Amino acid sequence: MDQPNTDLIQGTLDMLILKTLSLEPMHGYGIARRIEQVSRSVFKVNPGSLLTALQRLERAGWVDAEWRQTENARRAKIYRLTRAGRKQLAAETEDWARRAAAVARLLGAEG
Amino acid sequence: MPLWRQLSRGLRVLFRRGQADRELDTELEHWLDQAAADLAATGLSQEEARRAARLQVGSTLAAREEVRDHGWEHVIGGAAADIRYAVRRLRKDAAFASLAVLTLALGIGAATAIFSAVNPVLFERLPYPDPQRLMTISEVGSTTPRIDVTYGTFREVTQRSHAFASLAVLKVWQPTLGGLDHPQRLDAQRVSAGYFRTLGIAPVLGRDFTRADDRPNGPDVVVLGHALWRRLGGDAEILGRTVTLDDTPYTVVGVMPAGFENLLAPSAQVWAPLQYGESFAPDSRAWGHHLRMVGSLRAGVNRDAAARELAAIAKSPLPELPRVPWADLSLGLVPSSLRDEVTQAVRPALLAVVAAVVLLLAITVVNVTNLLLARGAQRRGEFALRSALGAGRGRLVRQLLTESLLLAVLGGVLGLVVAKVGVRALVALSPAGLPRLDAIHVDTAVLAFACALSAIVGIGVGLVPALQASTPTLRTGVERTSRRSSGDFRRTRGSLVVAEVALALVLLVSAGLLLRSLSRLLAVDTGFDDAPLLTMQVQVTGHRYDADSLRYGFLERSLDAVRALPGVTAAAYTSQLPLSDDLDIYGVHLERETDPANDGAALRYAVTPGYFTTMGIPLRAGRLLDEHDGPASPRAIVVSQAFARAAFPGGDPIGQRLRFGNPEGDWYTVVGVVGDVRQTALGLTTANAVYVTPTQWHWVDRQMSLVVRGEPIAATLVPAVRAAIWSVDRDQPVVRVATMRELVEASVADRHFALVVFEVFGAAALVLAAIGLYGILSVSVTERTREIGVRTALGASSREILALVLRQGMALTGVGVALGLVLAWAASRSLAALLFDLPGLDPITYAGVVVLLLGVSAVACWGPAWRAARLDPALTLRAE
Repeated sequence: MDQPNTDLIQGTLDMLILKTLSLEPMHGYGIARRIEQVSRSVFKVNPGSLLTALQRLERAGWVDAEWRQTENARRAKIYRLTRAGRKQLAAETEDWARRAAAVARLLGAEG
Repeated sequence: MPLWRQLSRGLRVLFRRGQADRELDTELEHWLDQAAADLAATGLSQEEARRAARLQVGSTLAAREEVRDHGWEHVIGGAAADIRYAVRRLRKDAAFASLAVLTLALGIGAATAIFSAVNPVLFERLPYPDPQRLMTISEVGSTTPRIDVTYGTFREVTQRSHAFASLAVLKVWQPTLGGLDHPQRLDAQRVSAGYFRTLGIAPVLGRDFTRADDRPNGPDVVVLGHALWRRLGGDAEILGRTVTLDDTPYTVVGVMPAGFENLLAPSAQVWAPLQYGESFAPDSRAWGHHLRMVGSLRAGVNRDAAARELAAIAKSPLPELPRVPWADLSLGLVPSSLRDEVTQAVRPALLAVVAAVVLLLAITVVNVTNLLLARGAQRRGEFALRSALGAGRGRLVRQLLTESLLLAVLGGVLGLVVAKVGVRALVALSPAGLPRLDAIHVDTAVLAFACALSAIVGIGVGLVPALQASTPTLRTGVERTSRRSSGDFRRTRGSLVVAEVALALVLLVSAGLLLRSLSRLLAVDTGFDDAPLLTMQVQVTGHRYDADSLRYGFLERSLDAVRALPGVTAAAYTSQLPLSDDLDIYGVHLERETDPANDGAALRYAVTPGYFTTMGIPLRAGRLLDEHDGPASPRAIVVSQAFARAAFPGGDPIGQRLRFGNPEGDWYTVVGVVGDVRQTALGLTTANAVYVTPTQWHWVDRQMSLVVRGEPIAATLVPAVRAAIWSVDRDQPVVRVATMRELVEASVADRHFALVVFEVFGAAALVLAAIGLYGILSVSVTERTREIGVRTALGASSREILALVLRQGMALTGVGVALGLVLAWAASRSLAALLFDLPGLDPITYAGVVVLLLGVSAVACWGPAWRAARLDPALTLRAE
């Protein structure tokens, strides 16, 4: 059975998380689902990688986390973009756009 | 801010692990709930949705591990877990752990002790501001490569040399300190004005010597060493006060700092200006070879440039700086670095000892590696299980390295205790000439060395076993159907045992060579009969003995008093004592020799009549000196056989005439020839010697050695002899009391030092090699139980089984011995400087050591072999 490749392009997960959080604060599962939905299931994110990435981003100071009570009396950890995170997102987006354009030019060039 | 976050978050995980884990679990739980809720929304039942969510999310445990594996705290947490686990493992296997730790403690401790002993001498900077610039300068002699310089040479070099920023000369001075209950002889130096400036050390109190101090008939001033200053009260008021040395008041002008190490005369406690230069007449003291010259190179000038300049000066005398024939520098002047000068005597012994400890360390490392390998074999099941549970190879290697590092750290801690004891033993054992003895102790450099060594050893012993144990092919070990180990593994252990045997052989051969060479050295004919001889140095001090005749009177009367003691059979004075570091050489001019260039030199002994019979030096021709050879009689001398042969080849020396000491002085007639005596060292034959009576020499020496032959034990006479001397004058210091036998033994102290170290290390190496051999054979017999059972069942006798195992062990020994012989041959060449009259390939030593090693190996093999021979085949076969 040939499954389509759903691995993230290396180094893009952080950027995608930051982008997702720039819309609104949300919890881990929410981020994963949003990435999956918006990418139309091209990317699937498993909890191990996502939570690892979130831990890294939090320690870098780009996101903040806080515990909140949810409606069904459960506790959920909600992540929110910080000002430093917003700056980082802008930088990464610009960088990505530059690279993507370059790759597109290379692939589209007439050989 | 991010750094702070990194730290606080990480520390929180480390110290509140449970809470951090619970939070992560809650988060994952929430994730699962949400996923299930989403799935339920698509129409699945609660239960189905939950199952599907689980499937989608995967193992929460794995997710948790994944998150935990990141972040810096994980590395520390992992290490802590590794250490906890390693401690548990080692505690469960206490016998193995203590053997390994003890072995490592031996190796690390011995290496640390030796390092602390050799570090100040071989590696550390000498305790001066610019130690690499300090050079000593000597004249090249005809018989010895370096001789002390004359003041005339110093004057010439000071005026002509540009390579040195500053130069100084110094001589030994042994004044008697008065004003105490009992007069005390001090070790001191007479130095030219620039001495302390050349070394770069200034007095801590008062001032340095100036040119005004260091001139003929200059003021009597001294600089005190710190220790003497403390003894004299230790206050700053001492400046300007006087101390009495040799009955003369000296004004204290300075005090040296506490840390000042005077490497050129470590025991010197006080310094006075040299005050030479009143005359450069040939018979003046300006032309005696008795000064050591030290210089500080000018910045930018290296040793070679200085050597070239000195050689050029030596080769081109100037008319305005005349020289005398015995100091014409025709053979040149050479500089040598102060470090070489200070350490060259002990360097061969120290380097040999360093080599020995490296060998011992290598053996302990090999031994522990072997132990770890054997243990690794037993733990293969555990490793297989762990890797089946998902531990990567790196994880296993890390775990094993943690264990070996833990062993090494424990070994290192225990090793420091060994080192502490060892250093004390080394200092007690060290040869008298070992410089910087006070600098030998366990300091931070030594601690750092021990730590670094432990770490290296920990990784060194663990690496091979760790790589081997974690080899992926061994994962099949989980099945563990048989205890047979792979051939590859056995080969590794076998070669380690071979290495151990080879290294032990090198150590033992070296120890054997040193032992045999030392016994040969001690068997050398010293030229005198040392058995019941007591010696001591008597200093004739005080202005009341300024006249030669009065000094001689004291010598005569004290001799009479000593001779009158019960038990004393003979006694005499001599100006220099064999094997005591006394060295007094004068130029000799033969009457029949017309060319002054052919003049030689000889050791000069001023001896009271009776010296030869007291010492047991045999007469070979003519007569001995006697009471008639007094101040008014014709000058008579006795020469040594070697001198007679060299000076009068083929002819009869008796009746020949010669001059010495003073080229214008009286002619001496040779009246007798006596046997040669070893003066400087047992291994050296510098036996050109001439003997005169004190009253026929140019002056009566102030410093004489008394030799007393007494029965039954010379040493018991010490108090009586001392009392007899003091009955004549109680103000005369008596020092350097020793039996002649002790002096002989002290003269070989450096060799003895090396020998003891090699013997101890060699014995340790032998035991370690035997343990290694025993260990590998024991494991091998256990592994081959089945094979041996089959052999026995097929009819092999227990003798054949015995032989089988013995052969296996002895084959390893044999290979080790062969390899060791080659290494020992190479090693013995570097030992040559310590050997005497013994080829590096001494067959008796080699044969003896090989026999010893084979014997010990056979004993070590016997246990396992015996066990194998008595295995019950029925039991072993059923066990499978």
